[in-house]
Amino acid sequence: MSVAPPLLAVEGLSKSYGGIHAVRGVSFSLRSGEILALIGPNGAGKSTCFDMLNGQNKPDTGHVRLLGEEITGKKPREIWRLGVGRTFQITATFATMTVRENVQVALISHGKQLFNLFGSAPNFDRGEAGRLLELVGMGGYADRPCGELAYGDLKRLELAVALANEPKLLLMDEPTAGMAPRERVELMRLTAQIAREKSIGVLFTEHDMDVVFEHADRIIVLNRGTLIAEGSPAEVRSNPQVQAVYLGDGLLYDAGHGASA
Amino acid sequence: MAFYVVQFLTGLASAASLFLVASGLSIIFGVTRIVNFAHGAFYMIGAYIAFTLTERLSGACGFWGAIVIAAFAVALIGVIVEMVLLRRIYHAPELFQLLATFGLTLMVEDLVVLIWGPDDLVGRRAPGFKGAIDFFGQNIPSYDLFLIVLSPVVLGILWLLFQRTRWGVLVRAATQDRDMVAALGVNQKWLFTSVFAVGVFLAALGGALQIPRDAVHHAMDLRIIVEVFVVVVIGGLGSIVGAFVAAVLVSELNAFGILIFPKISIILVFLVMAVVLIVRPWGLFGKPEAAARKTPGLTVNPWRPLTSNERLAALAALVIAATLPLFAGNYVLTVGSEIAIFVIFAVSLHFLMSVGGLASFGHAAYFGLGAYGVAFLAKIAGLPMIVCLLLGPLLGCMGAAVFGFFAVQLSGVYFAMLTLAFAQIVWSIAFQWVSVTGGDNGILGVWPSSWAASPGHFYWLALGVAALVTVALRAMVFSPFGYALRATRDSPLRSEAVGINAKRIQWTAFVIAGTTAGIGGALFAYLKGSVFPDNLGISLSVDALVMVLLGGVETVSGAVIGAIVYKALNIWLVSQTDLSKLVLGGFIVLIVVVFPKGIVGTLEMLAQRRRKTSPPGSPLLAKPIESVE
Repeated sequence: MSVAPPLLAVEGLSKSYGGIHAVRGVSFSLRSGEILALIGPNGAGKSTCFDMLNGQNKPDTGHVRLLGEEITGKKPREIWRLGVGRTFQITATFATMTVRENVQVALISHGKQLFNLFGSAPNFDRGEAGRLLELVGMGGYADRPCGELAYGDLKRLELAVALANEPKLLLMDEPTAGMAPRERVELMRLTAQIAREKSIGVLFTEHDMDVVFEHADRIIVLNRGTLIAEGSPAEVRSNPQVQAVYLGDGLLYDAGHGASA
Repeated sequence: MAFYVVQFLTGLASAASLFLVASGLSIIFGVTRIVNFAHGAFYMIGAYIAFTLTERLSGACGFWGAIVIAAFAVALIGVIVEMVLLRRIYHAPELFQLLATFGLTLMVEDLVVLIWGPDDLVGRRAPGFKGAIDFFGQNIPSYDLFLIVLSPVVLGILWLLFQRTRWGVLVRAATQDRDMVAALGVNQKWLFTSVFAVGVFLAALGGALQIPRDAVHHAMDLRIIVEVFVVVVIGGLGSIVGAFVAAVLVSELNAFGILIFPKISIILVFLVMAVVLIVRPWGLFGKPEAAARKTPGLTVNPWRPLTSNERLAALAALVIAATLPLFAGNYVLTVGSEIAIFVIFAVSLHFLMSVGGLASFGHAAYFGLGAYGVAFLAKIAGLPMIVCLLLGPLLGCMGAAVFGFFAVQLSGVYFAMLTLAFAQIVWSIAFQWVSVTGGDNGILGVWPSSWAASPGHFYWLALGVAALVTVALRAMVFSPFGYALRATRDSPLRSEAVGINAKRIQWTAFVIAGTTAGIGGALFAYLKGSVFPDNLGISLSVDALVMVLLGGVETVSGAVIGAIVYKALNIWLVSQTDLSKLVLGGFIVLIVVVFPKGIVGTLEMLAQRRRKTSPPGSPLLAKPIESVE
């Protein structure tokens, strides 16, 4: 029981749309260097939950704290400034710029040089940009236009961009969606390695159970807006409720089940 | 009291035409996603054809029949335009669609003058609605009452059409997701054509119905289209109810604005629009735009700074240009100065448009403000030329700061419409506020000091400033700010996620572009020795767009070439033909359809193709493609 606040603390997060409770009273926490997977079937509220952590969406009630500091309802760019890196389910990159320039934009922003009108951007932190690209295995692609990259490489580039502000926390929304099986394993291995080396906390959502069980230190399971299980991969795997949700027990759509447990 | 009621009813009556045109624009936009700048042109043709027909056909049947026939005739013209032109550009970037329909507008302006002559035409009064009704001592034309009843009737018919017919269901479905509708086996081509026809019919009907109220003239297209843009920005693009409510609102504001600010009544409309934009950026009845459809660029050549050889080449070109006064006469030097000034204007818009992805359709406002700034300082404050040149552009800077703040809240077509509306507002102020701006007579006698008075010296001044501005803006493209600006253009989502406040970056770019345009305008005032409202008119804004387009939107400095070629061509053209708008409009349409990369872009592409075919080296190792600028 440490006195220092956890890296990320989520408390009683709720959001509803009309009469639908997309997320209901979700609480969990995350330590530095820990890799936490957020899983659940389609419509469980993963994305809603995720968007409330990164500022895309405002919760109705509840708190999100980063190292004890309240970040609930802050804008995405403010949350980024506090040391939270992000990757998107569908990659978002600067398509007309080169791979290196993509990273340089993040470095320029991190160095608070966004309104520098007469400096030389091509030389801005060139070394650091190169190091980040090497780190994700994209060193050889630095001068390629980003619009030419294969999808898997875009995901790596996003990881390099997300690391540019030396984040304490990485939020990755379905980091391996749309990738070939071998690429998935590689990307998550890389992420895990970087996270442990730099003591970065990682929260990711994922549909591929192989990826989840192999790389997550801990797993939390959402179903219909509520947290139904939390624990090590082994614990979650053997949890009967989780099995019911994933394998089906015929009661998935019974309102009383699971949520009340 | 009766006076205010009558004023209110007059406002309602003016709303009728505005609503018809705006609803047509909204319907077309909903389905085809094209903002039809030519909508005002169709309105105008409707009025002209109806005028001719009502003169020929006699009797009440003749009059009302003529109105309807005119609307159908124009709808038919619309169908032809849609099939010949628009079908080719449905998948082109937004900017090209806006420009193509704008080109069409220019062509129509000259065509109506060619057919109907330049004079105002006063049409017949409507049979059955010739008199006026007495309302507590105030007269209300009975035709106004007819118009007041008409708009809700049209609104009702449109509602029935969209709710109760199969065609209406398809249109509503296509408004939500046109790809899905196509996937369900609906013939999209004919759906689009029919929607366009309906939209144009409404515009033409609006024009035809104006005849008994107003004279028909060849500038009515721009006047209505600017008001219609204001209406759809307030009401929400794509919403017919929104178009109705906003048309009434704008017309009433105009009707009462005249009582409050008789000189600059348009200010009131502007203020309301500003408030609406802050509270509901997507309009009163509009829906927030889904994540803007990203138009994939025409090229993916990454930009890079010039190599040292290219720098030498550019310097050599500048030195050669600087030798012009050694052998050229005064006329050539004046033309040279004008071209240099337009290079400044074009590169400033290019910076906003290509680097920032913000296509301003009213950039001339800041050019003109710079010119007026100089004129005020020189004539009223009597300051020397150097001081005026330094301070004059600040008026452009301030204008850009105010309007830019609102404009960057929006993007894409909304941004284009809003910048156009702002420019028109500035133009109206310059035109109407006679005591300060001299109105149509402008401000005369803005002459350069003796050191810059000779055409040769002035040419050197203009050339020097143009070179400086081009180099500075180019440096900014490759500055950290330039990268940030490109980032906001490429992916708003990602730039927000790396801590970039996109609106502030874009606002800064807008102010930079506006100030630079103001520098051009300041020099222009001294070149011409005078300033006129035309210096901030729409046609000048369009000139700038064409220069950028001609040079190549996706190049770093194509605008320089575009400005030189276009301006030289333009000056020559005006000396050769009276139909410069027709030729210019046709030229714009031609560039958009056949030549979308512009001069520099096409050269780059050719060079790239040659390079690709010559060495059979591995494509994986290929360096980013070099450009020829």
